[in-house]
Amino acid sequence: MSTGTRARGTTYREAMREALREALRSDERVFLMGEDVGRYGGCFGVSLGLLEEFGPDRVRDTPLSESAFVGAGIGAALAGMRPVVEIMTVNFSLLALDQILNNAATLLHMSGGQLPVPLVIRMTTGAGRQLAAQHSHSLESFYAHIPGIRVLAPATLEDARHVLAPALADPDPVVIFEHGSLYNAAGELDPAAGPVELDRAAVRRPGTDVSLITYGGSLPKALAAADELAADGVDAEVVDLRSLRPLDGATIAASVARTHRAVVVDEAWRTGSLAAEVSARIAEESFYELDAPVERVCSAEVPIPYARQLEEAALPQTADIVAAAHRAVD
Amino acid sequence: MTASRPTTRPRKEPSSAKPGRKAAARRSGAGHRTDLLEAMLRIRRFEERCVELYSAARIRGFVHLYIGEEAVAVGVTGALEPGDAVVSTYREHGHALARGLTPESVMAEMHGKATGCSGGRGGSMHLFDASRRFYGGSAIVAGGLPLAAGLALADLMRGLPGVTCCFFGDGAFAEGEFHETANLAALWNLPLLLVCENNLYAMGTALAREHAQTDLAMRAASYGMPAWAVDGMDVEAVEQAARRAVGGIRAGAGPHFLELRTYRFRAHSMYDPDRYRDKAEVERWKSRDPIARLTERMRDGGELDDEALARTEQRLAEEIDHAVTAAERAPEEPVGDLLRHVTSAPYGEVSRP
Amino acid sequence: MAEFTMPSLGADMDEGTLVEWLVAPGDPVRRGDPVAVVETAKSTIEVECFESGAMGRRLVEPGTTVPVGTPLALIEPAAEPREEPGEAGRPREEPRVPSASRRAAPAPAAGAGAGPAPAPAAGPAPPRAPAASGAPEHGAAEAGPLVRHLAERSGVDLGSVHGTGPAGRVTRADIERASAGAAPRSPRVRATPLARRLAAELGVGLSEVTGSGRDAAVRARDVSGAAARRSAAHPPQRPATAAARASRPPGEEAPGMRQAIARLMTRANRDIPHYYLSTTVDMTAATDWLHDHNRRAPLPERLLPAALLLRAAAVAAREVPELNGFWADDRFTPGEGVHLGVAVSLRGGGLVAPVLHRADTLDPHALMAALKDLVTRARTGRLRGSEVSGATITVTNLGDQGVETVFGVIHPPQVALVGFGRVVDRPWAVGGLLGVRPVVTVTLSADHRATDGAVGARYLSAVDRLLQKPEKL
Repeated sequence: MSTGTRARGTTYREAMREALREALRSDERVFLMGEDVGRYGGCFGVSLGLLEEFGPDRVRDTPLSESAFVGAGIGAALAGMRPVVEIMTVNFSLLALDQILNNAATLLHMSGGQLPVPLVIRMTTGAGRQLAAQHSHSLESFYAHIPGIRVLAPATLEDARHVLAPALADPDPVVIFEHGSLYNAAGELDPAAGPVELDRAAVRRPGTDVSLITYGGSLPKALAAADELAADGVDAEVVDLRSLRPLDGATIAASVARTHRAVVVDEAWRTGSLAAEVSARIAEESFYELDAPVERVCSAEVPIPYARQLEEAALPQTADIVAAAHRAVD
Repeated sequence: MTASRPTTRPRKEPSSAKPGRKAAARRSGAGHRTDLLEAMLRIRRFEERCVELYSAARIRGFVHLYIGEEAVAVGVTGALEPGDAVVSTYREHGHALARGLTPESVMAEMHGKATGCSGGRGGSMHLFDASRRFYGGSAIVAGGLPLAAGLALADLMRGLPGVTCCFFGDGAFAEGEFHETANLAALWNLPLLLVCENNLYAMGTALAREHAQTDLAMRAASYGMPAWAVDGMDVEAVEQAARRAVGGIRAGAGPHFLELRTYRFRAHSMYDPDRYRDKAEVERWKSRDPIARLTERMRDGGELDDEALARTEQRLAEEIDHAVTAAERAPEEPVGDLLRHVTSAPYGEVSRP
Repeated sequence: MAEFTMPSLGADMDEGTLVEWLVAPGDPVRRGDPVAVVETAKSTIEVECFESGAMGRRLVEPGTTVPVGTPLALIEPAAEPREEPGEAGRPREEPRVPSASRRAAPAPAAGAGAGPAPAPAAGPAPPRAPAASGAPEHGAAEAGPLVRHLAERSGVDLGSVHGTGPAGRVTRADIERASAGAAPRSPRVRATPLARRLAAELGVGLSEVTGSGRDAAVRARDVSGAAARRSAAHPPQRPATAAARASRPPGEEAPGMRQAIARLMTRANRDIPHYYLSTTVDMTAATDWLHDHNRRAPLPERLLPAALLLRAAAVAAREVPELNGFWADDRFTPGEGVHLGVAVSLRGGGLVAPVLHRADTLDPHALMAALKDLVTRARTGRLRGSEVSGATITVTNLGDQGVETVFGVIHPPQVALVGFGRVVDRPWAVGGLLGVRPVVTVTLSADHRATDGAVGARYLSAVDRLLQKPEKL
């Protein structure tokens, strides 16, 4: 059992598990529920070992009933618990979208402020593992569209480790997207990292020539692109949105004011995407700072195919980001 | 510091269940019937006034009337304690009033006023009162069922004695959420009372036109929970059945299902020409009006006379007059507060429309 | 007597058609009884009354469509109010509950009072609102956004177009017809928003800059490069010289215009004994004020320095009327009002001087708007005759072309021409200390027949004084 208090090698998966362990230990109202979170250890291994430590009451396997167990999470939150509901993937979350949109996000408002819903929903998102059309969605923008919920996309080890505590402290529903390609990301956890500031985007790499604005699973690609651009003499700034609702417009605008060029990288389909929202914000708030049209690097508008080369072609790749940055700068 | 909590409530024999003191006191007898009658009449008169106000465009939105089904709300909530939770539907004026929300707060809500039970943000279909554990009307058919399971789960995990009562209709029985919830509740032995108000029509679709097997209680029983069908036009029968079910739940026997066979006398909503029902059928059900039935029973037993009834009617009329006047005079929620209650604390850019 | 009104059965119902009466006059009705059938956009519904009594006079005949709230009939009180307490709970037999507060409450009729039937109810039912009730009354200029956009793009004055659409609306075809002869506006220079902003701030004409961006778009660095080159290179120019810009192929300029300028300037130089005065004005207050204003103002209200300069020139002309008028028949005639000619160089070469009438009465915003309009139309050849005549004094501002000092030639029969150069940062002594300040050189070319140097000096010092209080301009 690790403590996570000193710098050490860890993975995104372990960091998330450590956060869950800490939450279950520190607050008896917290419990984890979802499909295969207990005996199986979580579809992606995040909750491995937690059943043994906390028992079946607090690490609760559910039937394959997304609507029922997400709704039950909402009800339990209303009645004083602090549930963490895991939906195996965003693809299945559509079966619970009614509960999330029509109950979790609305109860506080339509009850005139009487019924806050302190619920955390975690789910895996994203493509890149040859899982084909029904298991490769990036639907973060669906959720970011909804007033009344907070949407987070931790993309670093530190965020994975420190996002859950402030999310559980939030009196309102929080949806956390964990990109499937990040679970194995390994590195040293910065011991100085504290709780994630939920409303704030993070500048992961400062630069002066172009802003690469991204989140979640595309962050490593954007950072790699920034390295390549540096070799070409282009100094790229990388902004990790981190919070998809609310969007940190101030950080985006400040970055564009420094670089005057923006490339938005989003694994979702371009039409109606978060990239579209970010681009619109830049047009609204930073128009007179722009020295080039905003570029977007998004997935091709196609159900994500299985074959490796097709999937790669469909998703934003580092080379696409580099090319877009050059279009903006050159 | 892992807390080991019981996953299930210890099973007890129903006979050892302690009914609430209040419930015991009014369990039977003339005084109690008078209460039941008054509760049903309050709902009926309140809704009749709603029709009038709606036609005059004083209240808006979708308004679904409960007239004819009053025995269900009054009978079931009569079996509940203040610590129990209630989850309702979009046809919930009756549930709200029976649960103790005042006509004043409900009427103000329907007028969209700041004094309404949901601060004017809910309207007819979204009445809430956290202080009475009334978790409100849901306008998504079956949408309240999973939520009710969660309320029951929390009570169970926290070791509280509460029962969660969830009202829904025969239409909701066809939704996946009912079946997911029934399974989950039975699997986890949740203290949940599932109250199916079978009024024979899912909006305009008759029961037999949407269910391959129309015996809903039988189907519910297949999830492994006690399930009974009850005459929903007889308030005393409803209350008796609900008491039995709640007693079983409190004793740790897990979820129970009641199918209450009832009928709405009026159309689905205000804007419904009611073409799908035979007028003779409506008249037949009206002859079983739960209010008339109880009134006659009380007259026959010498528990009610014209004078007492007139007094009750007079009191209710004044109560509702007062509710309407108060609602009309009540302040409106300022438009400047539009974005209140979207999140508990205003944060970041969420205030940006 | 109560009214039975057209009920509202949903927020989307504004009116209903009475289809049928279900009760005859004189028939008894009870609260809750269906008394009529109403057809709405969605369905046909039986509607009930909310009073018990006898059906009274009908106010609306079947087949009539009336707005929600319109009285359809009167319901008269029952001859004998019946107390029926024993029937409570029996469906359709409501006990009549006398209630003072009920009676006191206004009858719930939407949009109508509770008292005697309001006027519309007495006569025939109000007819269905005509579909075109919102039809415009202001005729020809009525046009949708697309039409406005097309008109603007093709340089057509909407006010002068005869609309052939419904109610005199101007249609797309009308615009196309009107624009058939009109000269197309020169294409907008492609530039990034940042470049556009910088160009405005630095006083650089975007059309003078070669774009290095995609599709030759002008980018920020092109603008700053152009500004740097300009401040190094440009010598002072006279307007006439500026008009014949060497960089333009001579063929682009209308030959007639060149000849007209030649004639006018020759006459001016031959007939008018010019004297020239020059002063340098500290623009700190003016640029600070502009900067502050522009930061807060929405885009359409942002001001260029030219707006303040022109405004100062116009107000000073009012203060020194000896310079505002005409020399004709060997004597000076003061102008009636200050009509400021503004020299505008044309892209193809050449010069026009459209007039800002009563410029001394326009605040900087109005001046700015009028100037933009005139310059745009001057450059697309769409000035009206009245707009190029009647100037009482002319201003030439070559600052945006990098010029620091302008010595202009007077436009006869006027007696003065004011020149503004570029606002430049210069070492400047204030209170015995040297600082860097934005300054502008203001020149006056004046007709020595009409005035002497002292008058000109008064004019320039007035301009200087006015520019020190930009907030009062």
